[in-house]
Amino acid sequence: MSDGSGAPAPTAPQNGPQSGPKSAYFLNHADEEVERRTLAVLVDNEPGVLARVVGLFSGRGYNIDSLTVAEVDASSHQSRITIVTQGTPHILEQIEAHLMRLVPVGEVVDITKSKRGIERELALVKVAGTGEKRVEALRIAQIFRANVIDTTNESFIFELTGASDKISQFVDLMTPLGLVEVSRTGVLSIKRGKEKG
Amino acid sequence: MTVKAKQKTETRLMTGAEIVISALREQGVEVMFGYPGGAVLPIYDALFAADDIRHILVRHEQGAGHAAEGYARSTGKCGVALVTSGPGATNMVTPITDAMMDSIPMVVISGQVPTHLIGTDAFQEADTTGITRSCAKHNYLVTDVDQLARTIHEAFHIATSGRPGPVVIDIPKDVQFATGTYVGKDGVHKPTYAPRTEPQPEAIEAVAELIAMARRPIFYTGGGVINSGTKASEALRKLQAETGIPVTSTLMGLGAFPASHKDWLGMVGMHGSYEANNAMHDCDLMICVGARFDDRVTGRVDAFSPNSKKVHIDIDPSSINKIVRVDVPIVADCGIALEALLAAVKHRKGKRPDLKPWKAEIDAWRARNCFAYERSDTIIKPQFAIERLYELTRDRDPFITTEVGQHQMWAAQFFHFDAPNHWMTSGGLGTMGYGLPAAVGVQCAHPDALVIDIAGEASIQMMMQELSTAVQFCLPVKVFILNNEWMGMVRQWQELLHGERYSHSYSQSLPDFVKLAEAMGAHGIRCEDPTQLDEKIIEMIEHPGPVLFDCRIEKDGNCLPMIPSGSAHNEMILGQITGNEIDEAGRKLV
Repeated sequence: MSDGSGAPAPTAPQNGPQSGPKSAYFLNHADEEVERRTLAVLVDNEPGVLARVVGLFSGRGYNIDSLTVAEVDASSHQSRITIVTQGTPHILEQIEAHLMRLVPVGEVVDITKSKRGIERELALVKVAGTGEKRVEALRIAQIFRANVIDTTNESFIFELTGASDKISQFVDLMTPLGLVEVSRTGVLSIKRGKEKG
Repeated sequence: MTVKAKQKTETRLMTGAEIVISALREQGVEVMFGYPGGAVLPIYDALFAADDIRHILVRHEQGAGHAAEGYARSTGKCGVALVTSGPGATNMVTPITDAMMDSIPMVVISGQVPTHLIGTDAFQEADTTGITRSCAKHNYLVTDVDQLARTIHEAFHIATSGRPGPVVIDIPKDVQFATGTYVGKDGVHKPTYAPRTEPQPEAIEAVAELIAMARRPIFYTGGGVINSGTKASEALRKLQAETGIPVTSTLMGLGAFPASHKDWLGMVGMHGSYEANNAMHDCDLMICVGARFDDRVTGRVDAFSPNSKKVHIDIDPSSINKIVRVDVPIVADCGIALEALLAAVKHRKGKRPDLKPWKAEIDAWRARNCFAYERSDTIIKPQFAIERLYELTRDRDPFITTEVGQHQMWAAQFFHFDAPNHWMTSGGLGTMGYGLPAAVGVQCAHPDALVIDIAGEASIQMMMQELSTAVQFCLPVKVFILNNEWMGMVRQWQELLHGERYSHSYSQSLPDFVKLAEAMGAHGIRCEDPTQLDEKIIEMIEHPGPVLFDCRIEKDGNCLPMIPSGSAHNEMILGQITGNEIDEAGRKLV
């Protein structure tokens, strides 16, 4: 695997401090751009498995933007953990490799990198208000195809699914209309097409 | 019916404690190191009747862990430790972390409070699996006695395969008492755990091609070659003989390649040889085998071997590109990859570039004689002490363990190894106190061998009590203390980095090590005179029991050469420390 960064060709031996071009090999990957990735981690559903995954991120200083987990196949005790993380390509490569080192981790799928991923989030949004604001909240909810799952004379709870930015946009629109609180699941993901993983 | 087939179908009923002993027996465990306590008493009771498993009673659980590590490192087998809940388990955290950092196969069995008391802050309760989750390769809390045998077999498999490491099995006391089914090790496997051992043929071919073109190649080998077994060391030697490529090694890899070989460069890294570090810096092809570009090896990473193509053979994919970007990564077992590479190199036709100019350059670096030191007739120089120890013991094929600090680096520089598994040191974690219990473990595995712990007077006091273990079990370990009354490496760094402000690095009060040895039932020897050193070392070797040797050395000697932190491989300090070697950025590094 070439690093693609154009390492200098071998030159005549040099002794003493290097004055020429600096090495292509940097520990500090500051020049790399931070990317956002969604990883699907397929694990054996055994005690402590989530702690192992989360502990790996905190122990090595990686970020978790969102995390969801549930058993997806009871017969084989398999759970799917979806993690949204950020890092430079170098860090993201390390995250995948370290996840694979964990004994109960069977597979790590980079949904973002596959370019065929679908990501969805579910949110419950509580909005309180009366009069015009209440009508407006309901009207916007209809545009976003949100369901009303609870209502009183002064409040609604909307249920909304969609990509994360759609949900954030909905929350932003509700803020002036009496937003009380938001509960979000975090991102779930799956790849398009007939193949698994 | 064969024994194997019998085990497969064997599903005997027994108590959890008996299952533990049966599983250890089936795994071929001959020696274990441990310390009893309330939550492991049922296992100890089952052990009482097990004549075929030798139990070494240590004096502190940390000692059990390091002894298991020493046993594992010197035999290539899995080390086993048995401790109780709570403090027993927390005292094991250091050796578990140590084994993790140095990839040592070890299984730790800990007792736990009964299942119904877990989470109640019961007496001697600790969340052992929680505490050891990040420092062990894997761990288990076994709550079902029927899963116990399977779990132990799986633990041994995980500890010893792939990149080896420590695995913890926490067993509540009620599970030890409960009756369950024993299953044999055959058929136990974990589908999600499948370390890759075979290299990709294209990658091997690519390396063979790089070797065929390289004018300034170097092998940079590490502990992975030792872990991979003696076949890996043999393959390395054969490949080197075929190619003539010079070899350096990390601290953990010493012995994989013979130090007596003309193409041996000495150790690489912070206290490595001038020739090894310069060759690493100026090579055009670096073949890293089972090493991990540790910061003690690379020095300043952005100036690390700037003009070389780099090949990295490692069984752990997360080691690849972690610190240094490589051109050809090979995820495989070192031994298998080296054998494949040897075949590929042999198969290639055509002449390889002449390595003579490269070796001439290396010889010029070698001629600097970087380990030279001023001799003295009046005080014992630490380098002289190790040199004499080496000369007087080399014919006996000794096993050497060390503590951590200056003495460790002097041992690495002045003691030379021609065979793998003879050098046990705490490389990654740098655990003071490792050496004596590790020596106990080594001596258990090799009862007739000469086992020496090269120690410092500060380190030895961290696990001093294990001398008592050595006395009890007639393990004739020799503890060779380089006593300069200082925490030498701390003092050296304070001299180098902190304007000679020696904050809390001097031991105002030290024990009389000779009397201490006698009090513990061992033999004590003191030497302050370089002219008497040889005869006293011989006295130590010839004494049939454990010996504590108080070797009074030069007090303010520095361990050189040295790559100051934040510097490159070709910026070594060879002679005297002036205090200006490290810049502001380097000062912040460890």
